[in-house]
Amino acid sequence: MKLTNLKTLGKIAITGLIASVLPMSVNAKDTVKVGVVSFLTGPAAGPFGTPAKQGAEIVIDAINSGTMPAPYNTKGFAGATMNPIFSDESGGGTKQVGLFRDFVQKQNVDAMIGYISSGNCMAIGPVADEVKMLTIFSTCGTERLYEEKLRSHVFRTQGNAVGDSLAAAKYIADEYFKGKVSTADKMYTGINQNYAWGQDSYKFFKLGMAQYMPSAVGSSKPQFPKLFSGQYGSEISALSLDKAKIVHTSFWNGDFEAFMLQALVRGFFQKKILVSSVGGSGVDSLDKKFPDGVIMGTRGNVGLIVRNDTTPLNKWFIESYKKRYGAYPLGPSYQYARAVMLYKIGMDKAAKAAGKFPTQDQVIAAMKGISFESFADTIEMKRGDGHQAVHSIAYGVTKYNKAKGEPGIEKVIKYSATCIYPPAGAISQKWVESGMPGRKCN
Amino acid sequence: MQFLITVLLDGLIYASYLFIVSLGLTITFGVMKILNVAHGGFFAWGAYLASISIIYLGDNEYNSFLYYFAIFLSAIIVGLFFGYIIERFILRKMYNEDIHLIVLATFGLFWILEDLILHVFGVDPLMPYYPAMELGGIEVGGIFQGVYSLTLAGLAIIVAFICWYFLKKTKYGKVLQSVIFDREVSVSMGINVTKVYLITFIIGGMLGALGGAYIAPTISVSPGFAIDVVVMSFAVVVIGGMGSVPGALIGSLIVGLVRAFAVHQAPILELFIIYAIMAIVLIIKPEGLFAPPKPRKI
Repeated sequence: MKLTNLKTLGKIAITGLIASVLPMSVNAKDTVKVGVVSFLTGPAAGPFGTPAKQGAEIVIDAINSGTMPAPYNTKGFAGATMNPIFSDESGGGTKQVGLFRDFVQKQNVDAMIGYISSGNCMAIGPVADEVKMLTIFSTCGTERLYEEKLRSHVFRTQGNAVGDSLAAAKYIADEYFKGKVSTADKMYTGINQNYAWGQDSYKFFKLGMAQYMPSAVGSSKPQFPKLFSGQYGSEISALSLDKAKIVHTSFWNGDFEAFMLQALVRGFFQKKILVSSVGGSGVDSLDKKFPDGVIMGTRGNVGLIVRNDTTPLNKWFIESYKKRYGAYPLGPSYQYARAVMLYKIGMDKAAKAAGKFPTQDQVIAAMKGISFESFADTIEMKRGDGHQAVHSIAYGVTKYNKAKGEPGIEKVIKYSATCIYPPAGAISQKWVESGMPGRKCN
Repeated sequence: MQFLITVLLDGLIYASYLFIVSLGLTITFGVMKILNVAHGGFFAWGAYLASISIIYLGDNEYNSFLYYFAIFLSAIIVGLFFGYIIERFILRKMYNEDIHLIVLATFGLFWILEDLILHVFGVDPLMPYYPAMELGGIEVGGIFQGVYSLTLAGLAIIVAFICWYFLKKTKYGKVLQSVIFDREVSVSMGINVTKVYLITFIIGGMLGALGGAYIAPTISVSPGFAIDVVVMSFAVVVIGGMGSVPGALIGSLIVGLVRAFAVHQAPILELFIIYAIMAIVLIIKPEGLFAPPKPRKI
């Protein structure tokens, strides 16, 4: 064989080798590395961060092994196994922004999932866009995230807190105020933590009450104790002396449980009706001690509200969670699982459209405006230019289930997204104040 | 009338809680001149140890009396164990260092104690509600008050009395006052100041732990819950005068009553008003209302 032929053969062989290897590196990936951030230390770890992490773990493992029910029953994320790196959310916005940059620039993650604190979401949102990192917020509730600015690389699978407060007000107007005529019965007050979440929750509850029940009167002395203050003796006395019968709270974590304990021994619930937008974890913690008759929401169709929902996905999630962790999944468990599910749906859809392993831009395009099946409802990414989820919100009344020997809920009403969230492009506060034009309630 | 009785009771309950927690802090400062930020760690450990004990006793339906035994035993164990280790092996080596360094060291110790809690007890909140639930509520001035919370006032009175008796009527109390007044003079008089420091730190730790242990049945005991307690205790101690036991008592009463009044009349000012009082006291009397007199050194 001539030397030139050998050279030609060699070129063909090398070209063939490159051709066989190159598509693999571009078109397929064995693993995707994803940062999953939740509170693993501090007061929010027990009721929020740890259940959130556990919910994500269940779904990630099931998707990696292809054992999750349909429509998530294909193996992997566009075929790739997710390698999650769990990280602690505590320490405040500045620390979290630093950690986020570290994840992106040093650990070269493919996506970021999680975040419970609205403060952290507000701090990280702009940075995610700046460094062009696909980020799916799972839990934080501030409406400002998309109302102040649209986000190119940030998605949120949890509806904002406006819907929680408006649904609470609607539930009271629909269920409680029916036929009530006395002044005290029409009065309401609140006890909310003195920071953005607590202040905003009560503000929108009040705005909602003005719309759904114009004759209702808000107390002049709603309580705003410091976050994590733990001692509510004076507040409970003040609420007890207040004529208002309805008491709204967006307390969460240990604050909610401490308030419940201290109020319980003082006979508070015999005279007042508590409306809690996010106290689901406290129901399990207090178990049979938790009073019946508390109006309870869980920020969507998650946690306690859907405990008896028998959709295959929900049934599987509850059974898997109980088997692995020995407890019912809480709201944050569902919320983190949902964020992982959006990533899965987005990756698979983008890979199918591209015919190869998708780029980040293709995944973002696939996720934009998508609707996907959650555990007991459908999540629609229909706000914030297709980046912000809306979904129905349910409220019910706590009632201990003696037959099962566990906390339960009854009189559940689901409010559709069109009833409690402003239309795309609208600013929540202005929309509510102007009479919620275009709202459609079921 | 109902309003006044309620504000007074709310204020007294909160003041009792603050007094028990801040007493240990002020005694430690008075004797050792150390602002012990790790005091919050004692509070948290007391709460956790009492919580697991009470939950165990309650779940297994032991005699209710044992809850209170568990509370006091937890405080003693935590104070003895951590108090001895911290004073003997860390602080004792730092007494000649700059005071700011010692504060930083106690700050670090606070976070170490907090972190240890995560490793030992995990992140799930504990709810040792048995004693509070069993005692229930009682109607006072037209509204229900938790009986367990009312017992806090009784505990505070007992602790204040023991403290007064100990300082004024016992030999060791006089030794302690001598060290508070001047360490060097005390040494020259043959007082074993090293031993006094160790015992004081342990007692201070026990009082901090007692605050946490006693309050545990009314709250959700979860990681990080002690941070605010330390900050509030500092406010009390600063108002009353650092190192002064009567100061801690009066400071607690001022903060408790003013806060209760604010919660009822202007809830949004609840926190502001406490620190406003602190700021005013610092401007008018920077050493606090009841700061012990300082010896004039030549």
